[in-house]
Amino acid sequence: KRTQNNPMGVVTESQFHVLAVDDSLFDRKMIERLLQKSSCQVTTVDSGSKALELLGLRESNESDDPNATSTSPEVEINLIITDYCMPGMTGYDLLKRVKESAAFRSIPVVIMSSENVPARISRCLEEGAEEFFLKPVKLADLTKLKPHMMKTKLKKESEKPAEEVKPEIEEEESPVIEILTLHQELESEQQEPMLSNNKRKAMEEAISTGRSRPKYNDITTSV
Amino acid sequence: LMTAKSLASKETVNGRCWFYSDDDDGISVYLNRELHAMNTVVAQLQTQFQDYLVSLYQQGFLDNQFTELRKLQDEGTPDFVAEVVSLFFDDCSKLINSMSRSLERPENVDFKQVDSGVHQLKGSSSSVGARRVKNVCISFKECCDVQNREGCLRCLQQVDYEYKMLKTKLQDLFNLEKQIVQAGGAIPQHFPSYTILRPDIRPCLDA
Repeated sequence: KRTQNNPMGVVTESQFHVLAVDDSLFDRKMIERLLQKSSCQVTTVDSGSKALELLGLRESNESDDPNATSTSPEVEINLIITDYCMPGMTGYDLLKRVKESAAFRSIPVVIMSSENVPARISRCLEEGAEEFFLKPVKLADLTKLKPHMMKTKLKKESEKPAEEVKPEIEEEESPVIEILTLHQELESEQQEPMLSNNKRKAMEEAISTGRSRPKYNDITTSV
Repeated sequence: LMTAKSLASKETVNGRCWFYSDDDDGISVYLNRELHAMNTVVAQLQTQFQDYLVSLYQQGFLDNQFTELRKLQDEGTPDFVAEVVSLFFDDCSKLINSMSRSLERPENVDFKQVDSGVHQLKGSSSSVGARRVKNVCISFKECCDVQNREGCLRCLQQVDYEYKMLKTKLQDLFNLEKQIVQAGGAIPQHFPSYTILRPDIRPCLDA
């Protein structure tokens, strides 16, 4: 949770706000609950165009300026998680629009898909997606999101007085026999302040094959 | 020592149990007996619940994704699993109907529509942990890919059977849950992993 100062000098807290995009009602309900369970505030929309609207980005390309905003955004979004396969604007299209916009490109975007298509995964990661989750998404997958959201928040609040941020990573005890990645093993032990988490994660990233490595568990890739 | 004087009486007023007695011993003995009785009932129901749940995994009706689903439920959202499952069964019914219409006339089958339906069904059954339904969808997709109408019809029938079967099973499970709660107990949260119960079948490699 982040802290804010209001005029009274009393410190209030707010949660990470995630925008979830999926055309399936069922999947929206699932991802909403998953995110709530991970202590996030959630807004769900059923299309890419509605997502852009909510952000305050004009959807059409009438003007040549990709930075044009029709209204100031009503809400602050810390992360966008979107389904890949959607009618009209796909998750990939949405990703591109967000990353092309100066105002919103810093918002981390995560893509979800029920299909394991390596070419699709690398295309999304190359376009700037932070993670690619294979459906069904699990609680353990969402713990990977916290560092991304914290990065955005810390950047925005760098002018505010130093604050103590307690990591709220919910590490659920999964009964499934899973080969934990180095990632998860470290995360399951953490009790330390967020900054050293980020450092640790950065180190992990350097050790591993890097961002282009698809991050999904338990699925064998068919080539 | 239970004397007539020390026997307590019980009364339920507005859903709360009140114990009356002349003396403290009577109350505590009575309470202990009541609690013990309640605990026994609750314990029995919990065991029944546990055994039934485990059997659903063992028989392959459910897989680990159902476990994940249950993790998402808590005191604040006690009906989450039931709601999601209900949504899923509604989807099944709708999709099966529309696919059935698409497959109706042999000379004019809309395989694209069928494929879309199977895709959705596979996705939601996978998310819910409905293992048998999901597996039928895998075969269903294969029939669709080669435009095998007969095969599709068979799969459609099977999907219909499987989802209805699961619906009944889960209804029984939820009823047991209700009974536990009504008896004042807590629903067991921990249970064996699917992979331990059925090591020959590895859920995540199906797709």
